[in-house]
This record gives sequence, structure tokens and C-alpha cells, in this order.
Amino acid sequence: MPTTTIAGHQVEVNDEGFLTDPSQWDESLGAELAHMIGVDLTDKHWAIVKFLREDYAIMGETATLRRVSTQTGTAVKDLFTLFPVKPAKKMAYVSGLPKPKGCV
Amino acid sequence: MVANKLIKRLDSSQWSVTVVDKNDIHDYQPGYLFIPFGINSPDQIRRTKHPFIADGVELVMAEIDTVDPDGKVVTFTDGRTIGYDYLVIASGTTPRPDQTPGMLGEEWHKSVGEFYTFEGAVALKAAMDRFTGGRLVMHITEMPIKCPVAPLEFVFLADDYLRQRGLRDKTEIVYVTPLDGAFTKPVAARELGSALEKRGIHLESDFMIESVDQEAKVIRSYDEREVAYDQLVTIPLNMGADFVARSGLGDELNYVPVDKHTMQSTAHETIFVLGDASNLPTSKAGSVAHFSVEVFVENFVQLASGRPMTHSFDGHANCFIEAGGGKGMLLDFNYETEPLTGTFPFPKVGPMSLLKESRANHLGKLAFRWVYWNMLLPGRPIPLPAEMSMTGKTPAA
Repeated sequence: MPTTTIAGHQVEVNDEGFLTDPSQWDESLGAELAHMIGVDLTDKHWAIVKFLREDYAIMGETATLRRVSTQTGTAVKDLFTLFPVKPAKKMAYVSGLPKPKGCV
Repeated sequence: MVANKLIKRLDSSQWSVTVVDKNDIHDYQPGYLFIPFGINSPDQIRRTKHPFIADGVELVMAEIDTVDPDGKVVTFTDGRTIGYDYLVIASGTTPRPDQTPGMLGEEWHKSVGEFYTFEGAVALKAAMDRFTGGRLVMHITEMPIKCPVAPLEFVFLADDYLRQRGLRDKTEIVYVTPLDGAFTKPVAARELGSALEKRGIHLESDFMIESVDQEAKVIRSYDEREVAYDQLVTIPLNMGADFVARSGLGDELNYVPVDKHTMQSTAHETIFVLGDASNLPTSKAGSVAHFSVEVFVENFVQLASGRPMTHSFDGHANCFIEAGGGKGMLLDFNYETEPLTGTFPFPKVGPMSLLKESRANHLGKLAFRWVYWNMLLPGRPIPLPAEMSMTGKTPAA
């Protein structure tokens, strides 16, 4: 796994740039990861990121777009506005979590 | 299958087995895919259920309203109740076109088709017979879906079918998926992606549908892409049974969270969930149901005699993929091992090839309908191990 330095943090990432160890994440890193994909984090973004972090800690896997939408009461359309184009992946990326598994 | 196997294994002076079902119809669901192309006829895939239930098993026809896991009582919609010591939930997953705006409407089961119900498959045959060319769009709403390879099989078979009718040159086939490729796992996505390309089937990936516009004949995504169709074949959102949600047993898609090795509910140890009704992190496929039932039965016999459960399900799935032109492909995988290339079940000689098109795979798939009615449903053993084997597989690079 390649090691890289983001905002002064030494972190391990996979070949798509997702953190491989969620425990290496903190809020300043989250802000920098968001900046790298062109997202400025507002309170609304942070509420989503906070949910994703907490849900991952309980469930052991990254919440799907639908789960984020139903559990936080945020319309899917709004998630697309907050994290444009590929919200599920971008939310996971910013939150320092693995990209959500598309179940087979 | 659970009832038929358990009734033979449990002490009848100690245990009774009751099956609750809402109707007496049993469809061979893999046959739905073949109906639109006239490969299977409707009467080949539908039978009455009760002859398949073993003697000694009580069959109750009723719709379930709720399960009370603490009181261990199931309440039916007609008000009757039944108590239990252990409950097996096997209520599957159901296509829910009502969950996507515009999907249900005047054109439902006409220019907006589907093949995950008996009625839908029969209606789609009529639509395919009427089809004279244009844009044929295969669309998946959201994962997970029952039998995730079926939409791929549909476009492979459609390619072949349209060729035979001389319509292929007049038809654009488009495969629209919420995934970022033809399939999820890397090796399978690569092999199946190239199978689409070879047939000139266009892949539209990362498409999260927002609505169907039946008037304009387009589907729209949340990121404001539009895909136009003349004939849409959609796989609606798949959800577990509503009684699961009413009973507070399900997740956001009404699937019951379970231990992935024992299929025991994580919330209630007297509930087991088999088939598509659980949140097992593997394919919602008949083969998974089959293999996991075998593990469950062995475990339950131990549990019934007061011993610990020692058998563990590995997520084994085995899926035939019809490729058209009398050929088929085969996938074999589990929780840890993605679908790989190679031969099955024996090294080199096969006779089946993994992730490659061959005649043997196609014949295997066709023969399975007989195996299903005559061996699998009655609970007779079939010679496929529940646990996946690496024999014959080529490891991923």
C-alpha cells in the first residue's frame, strides 16, 4: 500500500486514493481530502461525514447512498448536490472510509 | 427445502415443522429470463407448491402481518396467530417499481418492461415480439438485486435473438448500471465488460436513476443524464418483505441483518434467515440459498440436540450466465474469493469453463431446470459441495 502525506498526515491509501486505515482520519484530514476533490465542507457536509464515521464504527462497512439518505433524512438529490457526480464514493473518500461495496 | 430436509432429521416426537406461505404457486424463477425469447414456455416454469412439501410438514396458507420476536408469535393478516420456538424467515426479495417515480404508469409492462415476475416476463415476450428496432435499454435501479447476472444474460440473449430476426443492425442495445462497470468484482467486470464490447453493447455506468419519463421515453439520473429508449427493460429496486419492516426486523431495504456464517439473526437468536431475505454480503442467488440451507440444516440439527453449531457458510455462489448463441459462462465465488477464470469442477478437463463462453456451460444451465424440480426442491442431495473450492481456478494477477 502506498504511503502519502496529506495536510501533514502520513496516511496509507489504496490505488484509488481511499484511506486503507479509517483510524488514520481526523477532521482536518477530512477537510483536506474534500478540498482535493473540489468540495468545500459546510455544516451539511459535516453532518453527513459524521454519520458515515459513526455508522462505520457500528456496522463495520461504509453506508450505501440509500442508507445515508434514509438514516440522515437527506434526499438523494441533495446528496448529489453536496457531493456532485459520484456521491457515494466521494462521501466515503472524504470520510476516510473504504468505498461502499456494490454487493454482487 | 428447509422443511423437507429438517422433517427427516428432527425427532418427530419433539419437533413439528410448519410452512407458512401466501399462495400455492411455485415458479422456477431462473426460467423468467427465457420467457421473453420463447426459450422456455410459461407452463414449463410454474407448478403448484404443495406436492413438493414432504409428508409430516404442515402447510398454512396465509399472509404474514407481523413477527413478534420477543413473544415468539407470528400474526397473519386475517388475525390468526402461530407461536414458534425457532423461526426461519425465507421471504426473499421483491421488485418494487413503486419506489422509482414514473416507473409504474400506462406503459408499465409495455414499453417499460421487466422479467422478474411471471406476468412481467410474459408481457415482455409480447413486447419483444412487437419490437422492430430502435433503442433497447437494459436498466438496473440499484444493487443488490436478485440474480445479479440476469441483466447481462438478458442483453446477451437479446443480441442473439435480434440477430436471428434480422433486427440487430437496426437496434442499439444499451446497458445502464449504477455500478462503475459491467459487474462489481474486478476479474468478472473485465471479462464481462469485454463480452459486452464484443457484441457492440454500449455500457452506461454510474447511473443512479431519479425517474422514468414514459411520455418522453427517457430515464433520468440524479446527475442529470438522460438515456432514451424505445423499449426499456428495467430491474426495479429490490426490497425484502414489508412484514419484516413492520416487525422492526429489517435494514433500510427490509433485509434482516444476520451472522454471515450461520444466517442467525444478529438481534434474535431464535430467528434464522435464509435465501434473499437476509443481508448476507454475497449474491442474492439461488445457489447461495441452496448452499446456505445445507449449512443451516447441519447447524440446526446440532442446535436441536443442545450442541454448539459448528458449520460455517463461506458465501459460496455458483452462477451460470447465458451468453446467447447456444453458449454459456459460469461464475463460482465466495466471500473471500472473487469470480476467477479456469475450469469447473475439475482442473483442466472441466467440463465447465469459468468466465468463458462454452457450449457445456449452456447445457449445464438448461439441464438445471430438471435438477431443480426433481432433486433440489424435494430436498434430495445434489453433487455440488456447499463450500467453494479453488481447484481448477486461475488466481487473480
